[in-house]
Amino acid sequence: MSELSDLYQEVILDHNRSPRNFKKLEGADRKAEGYNPLCGDQITVYVKLESGVISEVSFQGSGCAISKASASMMTASLKGKTVEEADAIFDRVHKMLTGGSSPAVDAEELGKLAALSGVSNFPARVKCATLSWHTLRSALKGERGVASTE
Amino acid sequence: MKALHDIKPAAANAPPLDVERIRRDFPILRQRVHGKPLVYLDNAATAQKPQAVIDAIQRYYSKENSNIHRGVHTLSEKATEAYEGARVKVKEFLGASSTRETVFVRGSTEGINLVAQSYGRAFLKEGDEIVISAMEHHSNIVPWQMLCGQVGARLRVVPINHDGEMLIDEYARLLGPRTRFVSVAHVSNALGTVNPVKQIVEMAHAHKAPVLVDGAQAAPHVKVDVQELGCDFYVFSGHKLYGPTGIGVLYGRERLLEAMPPYQGGGDMISLVTFEKTHYNNLPYKFEAGTPHIAGGIGLGAAIDYINGVGIDSVAAHEQELLAYATRSLSAIDRLRIIGTAREKASVLSFVLDGVHAHDIGTILDREGVAIRAGHHCAMPVMQRFGVPATARASFACYNNREEVDTLARAIGKVSEVFK
Repeated sequence: MSELSDLYQEVILDHNRSPRNFKKLEGADRKAEGYNPLCGDQITVYVKLESGVISEVSFQGSGCAISKASASMMTASLKGKTVEEADAIFDRVHKMLTGGSSPAVDAEELGKLAALSGVSNFPARVKCATLSWHTLRSALKGERGVASTE
Repeated sequence: MKALHDIKPAAANAPPLDVERIRRDFPILRQRVHGKPLVYLDNAATAQKPQAVIDAIQRYYSKENSNIHRGVHTLSEKATEAYEGARVKVKEFLGASSTRETVFVRGSTEGINLVAQSYGRAFLKEGDEIVISAMEHHSNIVPWQMLCGQVGARLRVVPINHDGEMLIDEYARLLGPRTRFVSVAHVSNALGTVNPVKQIVEMAHAHKAPVLVDGAQAAPHVKVDVQELGCDFYVFSGHKLYGPTGIGVLYGRERLLEAMPPYQGGGDMISLVTFEKTHYNNLPYKFEAGTPHIAGGIGLGAAIDYINGVGIDSVAAHEQELLAYATRSLSAIDRLRIIGTAREKASVLSFVLDGVHAHDIGTILDREGVAIRAGHHCAMPVMQRFGVPATARASFACYNNREEVDTLARAIGKVSEVFK
């Protein structure tokens, strides 16, 4: 049960129950849709940029606790970050989710986002956690079309 | 109009299954997952294989392996005999008139694509209509959409009610002079609904429209007799019927198969080739280009032998009893809602838990050793109809028992603990 309680930590369950920034962002200048064809999870990420800084970020969609909590925590952690900083956080989160980093480093560098580290023990769920991040990245790049985890 | 149901709850006089003996026939069931005994309830995705099937495949590769229909040597004769022997078993399993009507394909999906591309492109044209139901698997939607794009035909969809039953009155309204084809599931993979196929076929035939029945979820659970159903095409997959993956069957009425052009060109589907003209082989070989999945066909034959030995009526009765038990058991769980409550169901129990996504249910159940499917079940329109992004689905086979249902219910209790 320990891996399971690592996965479903209270902070994850809390973000699932009451996701932050779970709304359409009026006046967003970047927007992207993400889709996980494996399970049908869908997400839309909205971003407002002001001189290279993410002034607001929000999301909408449907998905499991992991995808919803990951998206919610992502929006909470990226507000006020520059695009470059967001990119760097994406890389670190991705490394953590795929089991490529150590828990101590994650906790130090990622703060609250380190709560997602339990996902790395559940390979089938990694894509749930990365969906919102891939979608954010394609929104920041201003890419048209739909981000996919496949 | 009252819905008629051609599949009666399995024959009351079928002898009961000795489930514990059956379980011993399936070596995979002996393992533990995350330290817990495996409870395999994902049979609608694929069924486990009895030792007899595994042995048949091993025997073929260790003693008979050879190409078929072309060798004069002993091994080729043995392989041909085993493969064609399996075809006879398939013919009898379905009640087909002859082996000319039983085409080996990769699975149900390929069978439907074959009919859509061969029959559909030859005989449908702009303005014609194809009727399917709202509970179809993607494999009984997309091939028809592709055909519609190619020939300019139109797809019509029969709606379903909130129990997951096809609305027969709406179906009657959709049928008309433009209807050129009807394709429906025998049993719904996402909801478990058993469709009144015999009635569906009779109504389509009144408009001279041929009917394909997707039997992927039916063949393992109910007695199939294509003469009794009256359908023109029937497809099923070997791997859901305790056989290997990569092998399945298309049954087609000989008259229709004769009129249809080949699906793929190649070896074995011809009788004579020159650069000017090719003469196609007889049925069913006209539709079997290239070296087929010989081991798969032989394995499927062994699976049919296994089911015949156990008795499909006994399997059906056992699964009905288990489904009823599981339905009662899960209905008592707080916040749980069953999706698919048709009066006639087979094997499938789809459910949602208020406030918990199916994926999370699937992960927690897996840690309890319980394998279920979580997702849209390749039936996204069904999910849309019921307003859910996904469901959790338990599906039963002949080797499942009440203790496993109890384990499932307890494991769902753990989900509720995590997601208080």
